[in-house]
Amino acid sequence: MTHQDNPALRESATFPQDMISMVQTMASTGRYEIRGWGAKRKVPNFDDLSFITASVSRYPLEGYRERCDTKTVLGTRFASKPLELDIPITIAGMSFGSLSANAKDALGRAATNVGTSTTTGDGGMTEEERRASKYLVYQCLPSRYGFRPEHVRAADAIEVVIGQGAKPGGGGMLLGQKVSERVASMRTLPAGVDQRSASRHPDWTGPDDLTIKIAELREATNWETPIYVKCGATRTYNDVKLAIAAGADVVVVDGMQGGTGATQDVFIEHTGIPTLPAVRLAAEAIRDVGMVGKVQLIVSGGIRTGADIAKAIALGADAVSIGVASLIALGCNSPFYEKDGVKVDVTADYHALGTAPGFCHECQTGACPVGITTQTPELMDRLDPDEAARRMTNYLKALTMELTTLARACGKNDVHHLEPEDLVALTIEAAAMAKVPLAGTSWIPGTGL
Amino acid sequence: MTATTEAITLDVHEMGVTAVNRALRALPDGSSATLTQIRGAHNLAVGLTNKIHITVEGSTGYYLGGLCDGPDITVNGSPGPGLGENLMSGTIRVNGNSSSAAGATAHGGLIIVSGDVSSRAAISFKGGTLAVAGDCGHMSAFMAQAGTLLIGGNAGESLGDSLYEAVVYVGGKVRSLGADARTEDMTEADVAKVRELVEKSGFDHINPENVTKVASAKQLYNFDALKNQRY
Repeated sequence: MTHQDNPALRESATFPQDMISMVQTMASTGRYEIRGWGAKRKVPNFDDLSFITASVSRYPLEGYRERCDTKTVLGTRFASKPLELDIPITIAGMSFGSLSANAKDALGRAATNVGTSTTTGDGGMTEEERRASKYLVYQCLPSRYGFRPEHVRAADAIEVVIGQGAKPGGGGMLLGQKVSERVASMRTLPAGVDQRSASRHPDWTGPDDLTIKIAELREATNWETPIYVKCGATRTYNDVKLAIAAGADVVVVDGMQGGTGATQDVFIEHTGIPTLPAVRLAAEAIRDVGMVGKVQLIVSGGIRTGADIAKAIALGADAVSIGVASLIALGCNSPFYEKDGVKVDVTADYHALGTAPGFCHECQTGACPVGITTQTPELMDRLDPDEAARRMTNYLKALTMELTTLARACGKNDVHHLEPEDLVALTIEAAAMAKVPLAGTSWIPGTGL
Repeated sequence: MTATTEAITLDVHEMGVTAVNRALRALPDGSSATLTQIRGAHNLAVGLTNKIHITVEGSTGYYLGGLCDGPDITVNGSPGPGLGENLMSGTIRVNGNSSSAAGATAHGGLIIVSGDVSSRAAISFKGGTLAVAGDCGHMSAFMAQAGTLLIGGNAGESLGDSLYEAVVYVGGKVRSLGADARTEDMTEADVAKVRELVEKSGFDHINPENVTKVASAKQLYNFDALKNQRY
């Protein structure tokens, strides 16, 4: 019997059906859930903001005719070779290991097609990825799996990863089923073991040490390469100030909606702050230390649309990074994959994982039905890298058009001219978090205004 | 900078770290350089790939010889944290002590320390070799994946915590083992490896037949909540 059959059935708000299932699974197995993706619960986000576009008091730019610049320069503070990107949308760090080589190749090619950067992940830089990517950001992670000086020199930027939004303060785990011979070899570990990624760096602790670590990377790259510092969004205001004090060219802030390849559900859903307040706090920190225009801010965590990007930029971001959305663009959660123009239904493979298209977050299993988060050769073959690169390129172009559409409507001939004044909040929570007025009022909760 | 036909001398205090590193990077293979007036400078001789010999006359700050893939370095002093971090090849010989995280994440190369080293030596090792004549601080070889740590003296607490495939040999006493670390019997291959390291390092107070071998018990290689794993 369901609620449709009997409207008198009353679901508990404290113990809804998914919670009952989770408690019973823990009771029967003694295990907690490890999964992919980011926070699934509803948190205040960019949908809670709206643009107050041009009307009588301001005039808009012509949507399909007048130019709206998207050029984005990252790393202007100390690096002699900053990244000059054509769009302010970058691809977030995702490891080879978590993702298949084909998926990494497709993301790299798509980024190159639209003039933006992609990012390595835990486990090092693959030849395919370097070859495919015009601009490649190389992550320096606590585990240092596959971290090699020749790759430091081959990188267009280096991102020192302190944490990520899905699990700030946590390390990582690549479960043994995804640790193929190639992945294991890159990480200097036996195949099949669960590869724990450390939660803190092995050779430095604290912001004073980070200053020296960043200086070391600059010495090793002759002060040419931009250095990013990436943090999961927690104590964002202070973290951003400390990252800047440590010498970062670019600060990357990843909100709690940010994804992962495999992390405890309790971590994903119950740590960090949403991207919405994180971007505002980071922008305030940059402003308060006088670094506007000198240190750039990249924001990630649940970015899906051109509207999300426009709102992040209006609140102070210079660029965004997309992770989960890019996997969806490749085909994640699709009920089929395409081979030689033929659609092959894989719904049964989702069911075998205990999930369904549209609900899947089983990246940790390595049994991705559409060949993206897997190291199994027969599954990897399901992702055609040419088609995947085409889809990702389309998505990045569509995002850029959405972004410029909103910027033009706000009267801006450069997307970076978007500002908090272009926004209102639709909820009190969003007004407080973003520090923009509640729509129809001049009220910004928490400011006394 | 003063140059002779055989070696150049670089005054770190006068030139600054970046200029010194650029000068070192420009040297052809086979060259020698001596660094003077160190005054605890960080990040000396990092990221070098040329096969040169560098003599460091004094104690340094963090990351001496970090990210290197080629040079041989001799230090007449005591380097700070992260000595030879992420080293790929080459030799670093320290005539002194060293601070924490010596050899962190090193993929290759040989680091020899004539005195003691502090905590977390050989942390996250990925194939390097660290030979220490004296004592080694706590949590050494933490999460070490591959490579060799030879300790001539005593090892501190939690030696080899969460070890993977790296192996530790201790001439003195082990205060305590970390999670998933255990002692194992020495094989002939182990004795031969220690003997080779004793010869290379000159640490002849270490008897290759009389060291304690510490390696991973491999009980935590795969996480299992139902096995009451202890860590």
